[in-house]
Amino acid sequence: MQRKAAREGSPFTGLGPVFMKEFSDHLSSARMMVLMLFVIVFGAFPVATSLQTLRSAVDPNSFIFLRIFTLEPEQVGISFTAALNFIIPLMAIGLGFDSVNSEFNRRTLSRVLSQPIYRDALLLGKFLGGLATLAVALVALWLIVLGAGLILLGVPPRGVEVARGLSFLLVAIAYGGVWLAIAILFSVIFRSTATSALCALGVWLFFFILWPQLAGALLVGFAPSEIRTVDDYVALQSVGLGLMRLSPGTLFSEAVLGLLAPETRTLGPMLPSQMRGAIMGAPLPFDQSLLLIWPQVTGLIAGMIVVFAAAYVIFQREEVRA
Amino acid sequence: MSDNVIEARGLLKLYGAQRAVNAIDLDIRRGEIFGLLGPNGAGKTTTILMLLGLTETSGGSVSVLGFDPVRQPLEVKRRVGYLPDAVGFYDHLTARENLAYTARLLDIPRREATERIMESLKSVNLDDVADKRVATFSRGMRQRLGIAEIVMKKAEVAILDEPTSGLDPHATFELLEMIRGLKRLNVAVLLSSHLLDRVQSVCDRVALFNKGDIALMGTVVELANQVLGAGHPLQVEASGIDVAATLRGVEGVQRVTEEGAGTWRVVADRDVRAAVAQRIVSSGGSLTRLADLQPSLEEVYTRYFQEARHAA
Repeated sequence: MQRKAAREGSPFTGLGPVFMKEFSDHLSSARMMVLMLFVIVFGAFPVATSLQTLRSAVDPNSFIFLRIFTLEPEQVGISFTAALNFIIPLMAIGLGFDSVNSEFNRRTLSRVLSQPIYRDALLLGKFLGGLATLAVALVALWLIVLGAGLILLGVPPRGVEVARGLSFLLVAIAYGGVWLAIAILFSVIFRSTATSALCALGVWLFFFILWPQLAGALLVGFAPSEIRTVDDYVALQSVGLGLMRLSPGTLFSEAVLGLLAPETRTLGPMLPSQMRGAIMGAPLPFDQSLLLIWPQVTGLIAGMIVVFAAAYVIFQREEVRA
Repeated sequence: MSDNVIEARGLLKLYGAQRAVNAIDLDIRRGEIFGLLGPNGAGKTTTILMLLGLTETSGGSVSVLGFDPVRQPLEVKRRVGYLPDAVGFYDHLTARENLAYTARLLDIPRREATERIMESLKSVNLDDVADKRVATFSRGMRQRLGIAEIVMKKAEVAILDEPTSGLDPHATFELLEMIRGLKRLNVAVLLSSHLLDRVQSVCDRVALFNKGDIALMGTVVELANQVLGAGHPLQVEASGIDVAATLRGVEGVQRVTEEGAGTWRVVADRDVRAAVAQRIVSSGGSLTRLADLQPSLEEVYTRYFQEARHAA
């Protein structure tokens, strides 16, 4: 094959215009309004109720601002971060499920690709446009929560709380990126937008409902007939955790836990050796918390890149003709 | 460099074992309108996509304006305008916004783009609906917007895939006028179609595709000579005499066949109209019609594929 000749010109030619168009399309679309409404409704409940609870609690030394995010009010039964864990994938899927196949169905793809751009720029522009939209939505939400906290609690957040809160925001965006990449992957694979939406939602439901059960069942299969030592037990636990961590939702909630609950010392089973010399309930410094969740964050980013790369490879091979 | 804007040599496309385009040679000259004809699935669109670098070639070489679409697709796509079969635009944007997006992709400076967009919309008579959303456009208007895009791009080559399919006669007429307008701007136009009479009216040269091969290539008259045989066909309508018997003796006449009541088709090796008229009148017949039959592409096409089927 003489197909090896390198192509000329930057693969990013035209990335800017594609990104700007996607971004402005998303921001002005009715779909975005609906998604924002969704997020606000789902986020407002836990935040409002936890603010109620926190106003009566008196504990000046704790990270009271971070508690807004993580407190699980009895009336609602779900914390703000748990709601986000659930809602961010839905938003990302909503933004990405028709990004490529709708161009195909509207017959705009071949016309756009006949302009001087590579497919690389088109796909990357669409991904970044969606990610930027997601980021705008999350930043807005984050600011609303922070503002509500300021007004209702009457205490300003400490610097470290802001730092932890900002890191939480970044992790949330990375988490959204994973799901956006999954949605775009399906939009590349399937010509029908309904099918790709269905598949992306299927993956979402699978990880949230089926996977915890399935991982539990798989773990039983892995388990030795009897557990004799602590090491056996620890090994089994780490297999179980490893399985659970295949779900981006698990990575996200672990990273959030490490960031927003500073007293978290380990994300796995707590060993007696780790307890030695520790003061129970004392918060970790910010940098130690970051160190703790670093694998989760890299996992999320790596997942995003792997899924996007898969979408990229498939898109490059696709025929543009109808 | 020669005056060819597109040169393809041994262009090949395989889909598995099937040869969608079977090592064709093609030359398109600057400023001509070239028609790709053939039944659906004959390889016309595949050829077009390979010329644009939108699909990979399986072999052979292509040069478009001196660039290789495989290795330098950006250079090719900067200079070539493409109107796909049933072109689509973003429905939620206006005509002007759609072109503005293309202009940004082409990296045209904003101020210049505004002017060029307005001019191009004017050239296809869409300037009064420039700020209407494309969702409200008819098919013909979308095709015209596609032409406007090519005009705005200042393309040196325009490739149009089935530009008139699905249009009503009036819209077709308008579109063909615009294609002639492109030619006046010295743009080489490559168009594919199966609407033969339309193609005949605008094309300088045509290529007839059959199962991935170019079966015939040349001007319509050349093709007619190849397929229908050389000669001047005439249509004669007369009454009062047996035309076939009367004309048998006229010098140059090769064949006379009766086509209907009082209608004959005469094939001669030269222009025999004057002699035919004289003979009929002098034999006492009344001549009501004597027409020089232009070879029609449709006839060429039908005959060719009949023969191809017989041969197969």
